Amino acid sequence: MSSYFPDSEMKTESPVSGVSRRDFLKFCTIMTATMGLPAGMVEKVMAAVENPKRPPVIWLHFQECTGCTESLLRATHPTVEHLVLDIISLDYSETLCAAAGHQVEEALHASVEANKGNFILVVEGSIPTADNGIYCKIGGKTAMEILKDIGPKAAACVAIGSCASWGGVQSAYPNPTGATGVSELLKEVPVINLPGCPASPYNILSTILYYLTLKKLPALDGEGRPVFAYGRLIHENCERRPHFDNGRFAEEFGDEGHRQGYCLYKLGCKGPETHANCPSILFGDVGSNAWPVGTGHPCFGCAEKGVGFHKPIHEQAAVYTVAPPATYPDFDEPKGKGIGVGAALVVGAAAGAAVAGGLKFSKVLKESDNSEEKKN
Amino acid sequence: MARIVVDPITRIEGHLRIDCNVQNGKVDNAWSSGQMWRGIEIILKNRDPRDAWIYTQRICGVCTTVHAVVSVRAVENALNMEVPLNAQYIRNMIIAAHGIHDHMVHFYHLSALDWVDVVSALSADPKKAASLAQSLSDWPNNTWQEFKAVQDKLKGFVASGQLGIFANGYWGHPAMKLPAEVNLLAAAHYLQAFEYQRKANKITTILGSKTPHIQNMAVGGVSNPINPDSEDALNFERLAYIKAMIDEVGSFIHNVYLTDVTAVAAFYKDWLNYGKGVVNYLSVPEFPVDTKGTQFLLPGGYIPNGNVGAFEPIKSFNDALFEDNVKESIKHAWYDGEWDRHPYEEDTVPKYTDFQDDGKYSWVKAPSFKGKPAQVGPLANVLGMYAAGHEGTQKYVNLALSKVSALAGEKVGVGALHSTLGRHAARCVRTALLYDVLVQNYNLLIENMAKGDFATFNKPEFPSGEQRGFGFHEAPRGTLSHWVVINNGKIKNYQAVVPSTWNAGPRGSGDELGPYEASLVGNPIADEKKPLEVLRTIHSFDPCLACAIHLHDNENQDISKVSVW
Repeated sequence: MSSYFPDSEMKTESPVSGVSRRDFLKFCTIMTATMGLPAGMVEKVMAAVENPKRPPVIWLHFQECTGCTESLLRATHPTVEHLVLDIISLDYSETLCAAAGHQVEEALHASVEANKGNFILVVEGSIPTADNGIYCKIGGKTAMEILKDIGPKAAACVAIGSCASWGGVQSAYPNPTGATGVSELLKEVPVINLPGCPASPYNILSTILYYLTLKKLPALDGEGRPVFAYGRLIHENCERRPHFDNGRFAEEFGDEGHRQGYCLYKLGCKGPETHANCPSILFGDVGSNAWPVGTGHPCFGCAEKGVGFHKPIHEQAAVYTVAPPATYPDFDEPKGKGIGVGAALVVGAAAGAAVAGGLKFSKVLKESDNSEEKKN
Repeated sequence: MARIVVDPITRIEGHLRIDCNVQNGKVDNAWSSGQMWRGIEIILKNRDPRDAWIYTQRICGVCTTVHAVVSVRAVENALNMEVPLNAQYIRNMIIAAHGIHDHMVHFYHLSALDWVDVVSALSADPKKAASLAQSLSDWPNNTWQEFKAVQDKLKGFVASGQLGIFANGYWGHPAMKLPAEVNLLAAAHYLQAFEYQRKANKITTILGSKTPHIQNMAVGGVSNPINPDSEDALNFERLAYIKAMIDEVGSFIHNVYLTDVTAVAAFYKDWLNYGKGVVNYLSVPEFPVDTKGTQFLLPGGYIPNGNVGAFEPIKSFNDALFEDNVKESIKHAWYDGEWDRHPYEEDTVPKYTDFQDDGKYSWVKAPSFKGKPAQVGPLANVLGMYAAGHEGTQKYVNLALSKVSALAGEKVGVGALHSTLGRHAARCVRTALLYDVLVQNYNLLIENMAKGDFATFNKPEFPSGEQRGFGFHEAPRGTLSHWVVINNGKIKNYQAVVPSTWNAGPRGSGDELGPYEASLVGNPIADEKKPLEVLRTIHSFDPCLACAIHLHDNENQDISKVSVW
């Protein structure tokens, strides 16, 4: 077997993982034997690990709740079992790996060594940076140390969930542990952010399939988010948008408007300032209404930095998008020349004024309420 | 003597490290230490109590839903609020459906690989495996064709040389005892269980809007509008979808999960003797079916020192037995002081020392009930319900024990539940009960709607001044409680006393071992370099370290004592 690697390579110590080629060979030999494969298959195992048919994925958990991993258990296309057995080679996951302790750390470092520059790194959870990172340690190393070790060796990194994207719940004031997103610490490789608490499983599944099929990263917005999932505000795709445009709002859980499915803006819905595809792909593959607004609860902006876990649920959102037309023009009329009537006029004009003047829409909306009351 | 350190413990939620001293092939001392802290209780200060559940639910994405439900209960308790019946039923269905998914995933995907040798399954005879499986249950997917397909899939996977999550597992370990055919059967069910947990999750999603991390809770009820005349509300299409999923999940629980656990217990009957540990058992009643939280479908209470006859019931959301007797100790935890305090009075001031075997060595606080450490979880829950004379519990416990006895060829009694495998058996008994509760609550909701009651929310009002409240919940990993102090409508103090804190906690003020630690003592260790047995006992608790929360690693590796790695 010594012929498999040139001598020079066998002596090479990986500066990153601390696993030598000799240790890697030993790992593959043990792994082959343990799996009950004939000894002659060691080279095949090594070759497979080094030239994998299924792309290796290393999934690190830091300051997190495992909700993003859990979300994959709910996916149906593909399922997690299909993903793990047929599409990727999940070489490390604290949640799913059979091995523990020393055995699992060995598997991690063997994969990092063999797939340097070629594996996809998934990070779930934020990285605590306060007090030298002592608030999250695995196998005796801090999350900061592990990310610094392994991150630069990846082909690309997927920061799954709001925690890995921008700090998430633990970064809320006063951020006791200095929780930080991956992209602020890992500069050597591209980082794709998939915020959400948790992110839709289809956002990571689609990212992986995109990468495998087109051999490139998906188009990203300025926040490093794929535009196929985060290109629009929730407000733009919300099925309740017509109610917003026409001034029909739920005022309280269980009131008549709420039970009719009216807009939840006045209950604090952050759809107008949150980018995510929740209303277009929904959750759990169970048909209509399977997302927060669909069950009558305002979006709280879990995916958007500075919104989720930062603004109170019932505080009204800032509305940045252009206002809807006061009323819809005839199809052969130039846009913008319709005649406004009723609530639609008031709300539409108010929203327009809010955007133009940089005002909080909520404030203007209250004025519109008053004017409507007067009319009624 | 060898010091074994397993870090990280995998196939759990979160970052856990376990240390054991091994003498003459057995564990004679143990320490449980966590690795991660986020400070969510600090973040909650001065926030709107109506928002707390959004934050606390993120304590854990595996125990998702539970910290949401218990948080709104705590605030409702502080405000002395009632909750509409429909909201109770909807919450109950979410709790039950989530629990069913959680227990299935725990057995098949998180702990089965401690008992099932996947490599051995490759050499099984699929026809023999099928006839064995068919002798155990009526499950229609136990055909030899199914088993052959699973075996072929595994063979192809192994032949690829990319072993992924199965790399470096405990294949061929001397403590693995199942025949090849049973290993194949279990591997097939490992894959099928993925499908059935998804069905349970669909129920949670329809009602909760998504999972993990439902978003239909509200202090005072739920956000779901019920309106049969609207397409944007809980209507009959949504309800029928739920009913269809309920019907599909039941068969898997009874014909697969219950059967597999009893088979594993029969083949590994030694493990009905190991892993006992702390036998003060605490559980709380769950599934309220009135607006005040005084009537429950499943009972709960306290069993001191394993004495079922001394069971003390906990009866309502205002129960003084519970409220007055929970404390947490920081004598052996890295916090400033040596106090034992009631959660309302606690603070969180970290003070790191070093890993001191006899001093402070963990970020986990040590909870106590009536001054003693207590074990929580499905075993405590099932024993409590058994002690309370709950009919369904007695039925399923007796069914499980009779199946184990028949397969093992010897009488296995209730006493065997105080063990590593007893915790798995109790968890599947609890799953069967959760299923019955799910059906009951679905029917209750439909009946109540038929009466014309569509209410789901009572609006909370926050008076000026200070209010205190607690909420409890019998979660998949055991008794969970949240404690809140509200001042002028803002959170003044918030503490969560969590199942994995009860179980993973260090020694308390009386220096008794915590439940994980005590349960490891006496476990055999066949191979100190591959301490599979440690995983078996720790996994039997279904650890959730993000929940246990106040955790982080020792800086001092104490290398001189680390003889393994």
